[in-house]
Amino acid sequence: MNILSVVSGHHGLAVAAALFAVGLLGVLTRRNLLFVLLSLEIMLNAAGLAFVAAGALWGQADGQIMFLFILATAAAETAIGLTLLLIVFREKRNLNSDAIADVPHVSSRGVKSNHPFEGDKPVANSQ
Amino acid sequence: MDLVFYIASALAVVAALLAVTRAEAAHALVWLVASLLATAAVLFTLGAPFVAAMEVILYAGAVMVLFVFVVMMLDVARPRETNRRLANPRVWLGPATLCAALLILLVFVLSRATGEAGDVTPADVMEITPKRIGVTLFTHYLLAVELAGMLLLAALVGAVHLGRQLRREGRRV
Repeated sequence: MNILSVVSGHHGLAVAAALFAVGLLGVLTRRNLLFVLLSLEIMLNAAGLAFVAAGALWGQADGQIMFLFILATAAAETAIGLTLLLIVFREKRNLNSDAIADVPHVSSRGVKSNHPFEGDKPVANSQ
Repeated sequence: MDLVFYIASALAVVAALLAVTRAEAAHALVWLVASLLATAAVLFTLGAPFVAAMEVILYAGAVMVLFVFVVMMLDVARPRETNRRLANPRVWLGPATLCAALLILLVFVLSRATGEAGDVTPADVMEITPKRIGVTLFTHYLLAVELAGMLLLAALVGAVHLGRQLRREGRRV
């Protein structure tokens, strides 16, 4: 019975690896930014599952605590990522990652320029 | 209970694969919710009931709602079409079948439950109670909890800032 538990825990790690591979497949093959974010979500979830499976193997609570931290990180990442995605959609009416390779930089003053760092240049007569 | 683990993990991987390969974002989201629910069942059988609940509430609930809102905002130009597309049973029949399978698993687990320790998780997997997690989280990992709070605050401020720009442009259009 004890051997079975080790097998079950290792199988949990295997499931996590399979889910991670599925997410990686999505990130690498999809061009739609929404699907890339969605696949990232699957990958983060798989990483959390791996932590919990490892924690179950050792009988420690640390694995589950790491899952909670991954959850917080994933929530923060999703909120920012989806907001950026909406801005990209406003700019380009398109979510294809190839089509937005030359997305113009919008500075905090609302000045558009094609150079990614131009908006961050200090204004010459500001001093 | 090992059988529950294997069925739930197979459902999770299959649903994730289907979510990643869908053409429509809304369909993919429905599959992803099904996958996350199956993952919650896997976590439950691994002796992590608290984390399984968090998975359902935060991942399948809160984070997926964010995604659904964004898909709604992207589709805002053609709501009629979207409604008609989602009313097609072909879209939701698959995920609904998968969730029904999970429900059968749940009923099976509950019918076998005797109230003793280890009746839901496999007899050999040690269940880690929410109390143990809480005690470790707020003693050993207290600094990390504070840092996670700061991270969420930073994400909130960042999202509000980016969203302000979005709203200003929306008013102009």
